[in-house]
Amino acid sequence: MKAKIAMLAVSAAIAAIGSTTVLAQAKEQFFPVLSYRTGAYAPNGIPFANGYVDYLKLVNARDGGIDGVKITFEECETGYATDKGVECYERLKGKGPTGATLFQPLSTGITFAVTDKSFADKIPIITAGYGRADSVDGTVFGWNFPLGGTYWDAADMLVQHVGKKEGGLDKLKGKKIALVYHDSPYGKEPIALLQERAKMHGYELLLLPVTHPGVEQKATWLQIRQQRPDYVFLWGWGVMNSTSLKEAVATGYPREKMYGVWWSGAEPDVAPVGEAAKGYNALVFLAPAGQGQVHKDMIKYVYDKGQGTGKKEEIGEVLYNRGLVSAMMGVEGVRRAHIKYGKKPLTGEQVRWGLENLAIDKAAIKKLGFDGFMLPVSTSCVNHSGESTASIHTWDGKKWVVGPDHYASDQQILKPMIRASAEKYATEKKITRRDCAKEAG
Amino acid sequence: MSKHWPVLTLGAVLLVGLVLPIATGASPPGFYVEVLLGGLMAGVLYSLVALGFALIFKASGVFNFAQGSMVLFAALAVARLGEQMPLWVAMLLAMVIMVALAWLIERLVLRPLVNQEGVALLMATLGVTYFLDGFGQTLWGSGIYKIDLGIAKEPVMILDQVFQGGILVNKEDFVAALVAAGLVASLVLFFQKTSTGRALRAVADDHQAAQSIGIPLNYIWVIVWSVAGFVALVAGVIWGSQLGVQFSLSQVALKALPVVILGGFTSIAGAIVGGLIIGVGEKMAEVFLGPVMVKVFDLAGGGIENWFAYVLALLFLLVRPEGLFGEKNIDRV
Amino acid sequence: MFYRENGQFKSNYASDQQMLPILQDRVFMGLLLVFAFGAVPLFVSDYVFLSLLIPFLILTLAAIGLNILVGYCGQISIGHAAFMSVGAYAAYNLALRLPQLNFLVVLVLAGLIAAAVGILFGIPSLRIKGLYLAVATLAAQFFTDWLFARVKWFTNYSSSGSVSTAPIELFGWKVDSPAEKYLFLLGVLVVFTVVAKNLVRGHIGRAWMSMRDMDVAAEVIGIRPVYAKLTAFAVSSFYVGVAGALWGFVYLGAWEPLAFNLSLSLNLLFMIIIGGMGSLLGSYFGAAFIVALPILLDQVPNWLGVEMSTALASHLASMIFGSLIVFFLIVEPHGLARLWAIGKEKLRLWPFPH
Repeated sequence: MKAKIAMLAVSAAIAAIGSTTVLAQAKEQFFPVLSYRTGAYAPNGIPFANGYVDYLKLVNARDGGIDGVKITFEECETGYATDKGVECYERLKGKGPTGATLFQPLSTGITFAVTDKSFADKIPIITAGYGRADSVDGTVFGWNFPLGGTYWDAADMLVQHVGKKEGGLDKLKGKKIALVYHDSPYGKEPIALLQERAKMHGYELLLLPVTHPGVEQKATWLQIRQQRPDYVFLWGWGVMNSTSLKEAVATGYPREKMYGVWWSGAEPDVAPVGEAAKGYNALVFLAPAGQGQVHKDMIKYVYDKGQGTGKKEEIGEVLYNRGLVSAMMGVEGVRRAHIKYGKKPLTGEQVRWGLENLAIDKAAIKKLGFDGFMLPVSTSCVNHSGESTASIHTWDGKKWVVGPDHYASDQQILKPMIRASAEKYATEKKITRRDCAKEAG
Repeated sequence: MSKHWPVLTLGAVLLVGLVLPIATGASPPGFYVEVLLGGLMAGVLYSLVALGFALIFKASGVFNFAQGSMVLFAALAVARLGEQMPLWVAMLLAMVIMVALAWLIERLVLRPLVNQEGVALLMATLGVTYFLDGFGQTLWGSGIYKIDLGIAKEPVMILDQVFQGGILVNKEDFVAALVAAGLVASLVLFFQKTSTGRALRAVADDHQAAQSIGIPLNYIWVIVWSVAGFVALVAGVIWGSQLGVQFSLSQVALKALPVVILGGFTSIAGAIVGGLIIGVGEKMAEVFLGPVMVKVFDLAGGGIENWFAYVLALLFLLVRPEGLFGEKNIDRV
Repeated sequence: MFYRENGQFKSNYASDQQMLPILQDRVFMGLLLVFAFGAVPLFVSDYVFLSLLIPFLILTLAAIGLNILVGYCGQISIGHAAFMSVGAYAAYNLALRLPQLNFLVVLVLAGLIAAAVGILFGIPSLRIKGLYLAVATLAAQFFTDWLFARVKWFTNYSSSGSVSTAPIELFGWKVDSPAEKYLFLLGVLVVFTVVAKNLVRGHIGRAWMSMRDMDVAAEVIGIRPVYAKLTAFAVSSFYVGVAGALWGFVYLGAWEPLAFNLSLSLNLLFMIIIGGMGSLLGSYFGAAFIVALPILLDQVPNWLGVEMSTALASHLASMIFGSLIVFFLIVEPHGLARLWAIGKEKLRLWPFPH
């Protein structure tokens, strides 16, 4: 008897957890938000999440939603942990009248895990500036959108930049480049490309992994002191970045020769080191720090009404802006899909079409208020990333200063690598390639 | 003599490993000294956390997993309070908070769990860890915060006449080492000379006997947890000033675990010596052995320091199960 | 009244030795199995399958494994996720390199490999005891973390260090939908539970328990500690290895070494302590508790309609989680299984307690 009651209680509890609030078929588009505001990576996760959520709020407050379809959203805390991220994904994917619109996990590890699920769930995953490098190939990775560039693009641009500094890529022969990387799928992604380039130009590549969370780097920098590489590429995230800079100061490695990926060049990374980080460079793509039209709107429509997520002073920080841009590209994907499917709540599959046919040109960027904060992006069924261009910005002790040069990755090198890697994934997972020509027709 | 051969063999092997890089000329002497110093500095910090472990284990038989979280909590308190007031006031206030915390832990966790098995107590401190992690971040925030002790961070070059290239040292590291040494000395004095210290040692020796001669056990526990809180505070301030105060500070404490098993759970001297051995061994292994292993086994990068300390401690325990300075356990049926 | 064994006499050895000697227990177990196999798949949503039931089943298996070592043999291990990762990577490599193997064979082989590694890391237990051993087991944890991150062969030279698997297939049955995964795992778990039950109540289980209760005395009465301890490590690692392979193939699908980190080890330990050491039933309770609690805590503010930032909610959840663990340890140090036993005892007398 008791057992039965217990059983009833258990099944009731299970049912309660499972019951997602059934919404009436409202004119709403649901955006799940996977964020991390706690744990070791919170200093970087918070500004990004604030920017992301703020933009969704702005679209509702300023435009009344996307073409009249209101945006709803729900945050889920992942703590940058893969298993937690997968749970969040499962929890949020069915919410809203048409299910989750798209996911932006801001973690390469979570991206790897949910990529496999995207095929069955038919929900796009935008990984703006992170995620799998080979997911550019839309014919295999039907649901991934590494918009704006992957780590292979980033590594390629950095090599080009140091080549230019040396006076030509051929001058890299015999040089030493050390990669100090976060020991996770995120940090390991660029290795393949850097090795490929090393074969071409004859530089020596030193691989120095740093274990999560990255506060223990003494030995790493002792090795750098011993090997004296000509350049150090930093592929860190969270507290690892500032620790690297501190250790660089402690071992006397010149900051001018350090180049970070675009996730290693934000305010929380250099602020704890302050003056001493002067001269440190990092890639910056799409959104440097600063304020533009969209920020004015943000203050007017969101913050002045007391709806802001973060602090007013933090609007315009590098990661905040990156959150804004990421959210904007998702929203634009939906807007684009409205042209084909009508101005109503859309499913993930319909949104994919929008993301595959993105065409955010200069005029559109200006209209959206992002003038100066991003470069045009256009995608297709075959190419899910679009053009990737970025610049280098340098910390002057107080703020980030963007350099004049723009870099674009060399597709001659990347394309065959992407193709081969995607092919390997397709065979491993037994996936048949999409036929883009047929789908278009 | 013959009884000690395993210890001696292991010591000899380690010693050979230690001098090998310099004997074979794999490393220039100046750099070797730098690695050695780096290891010693890291070791000092490990010792600081290990001290907290050892103190609590000695007095209450609790293996306190929460020591790392206490370090973080104390550092966060100092950093955040330091934004509003002078640093030394912040430190005093943080100390008051740590004492309050010690009292709460004794009241709410230890007292009801008296006479439980070691594992249950260990798990309870893990529960405390979860609580403190959440509580600390709710109270103080989860960003990166600074503790500025006002010591220059730029390295200084010394002995450049003796060694080619000179030796880079950090003032901050030296201050840290000095503070740690001072802390240890004062702890030893406290244990040897004060009546409270003697009472603590009595409790450590035999709970029941100590109680029967009128030493109040609960009071002693509060004291010992407060002392551990104080050690955590010092470790947190030193570490925090070097790395920035941030959530991951609590994880560095995992590095102190091999130190305590190597040194013996109950020994303060063990915590110090063990910390230095682990610190030096780890850095030496990473810098000199790591690249060799990468080449030989075609590894994707080194990073052996993460397990080297544990394996070293494990090997040591195989030879001497009670650690360097631990008390020998005699089983009776 | 309902739960009384009066009149159930055992007239032969077979009935005296059966696993569930009381009729009501057998009926209850039968109903439970029918419910779990037949009814659950009908009304449970995919989210519950994927986020609660599937992790619950796999972690129960792992908790049983750990319980054999810690609860039955008394050797504490804080690094058991290491053996999960060994199982997972062994299975990955077996499936990759010998694609013609049936998944069940892969599973068993992966378990055996994990058992071998378990024996290796169990050797120190012959010298080291108690908490020293506990910390020493962390060596296994950090070593495997490093091994699978660094040695490229294990991850098939994947550039990111992350591996992913294809859906599993058994004799033409593609285990793909959440309900199918659930049924498959449930089947595995039932088989393993029955085996474990018979191990611990048999000769070897008694050897383990005597080791736990007093190793010196056990040695005196003729139980070889080498045999008892190492078999406990082997069986425990086998279970945990199989659980690891399932965790990788069925639950995660794609993983990196971080998926088997220290926090998973600690969670396993929580499960058996909260559930009850030395109790198979306790492993079930503990796994259910540890899997469901964080998810429940996460969603409570949502249900109550309280507007709260996810950060605060997650911090609060962590605090409540920590407090609950301490609370449970204080209230019932022997775990939920003990509460269950007390409940059963009460039920036996009900409604006439005197």
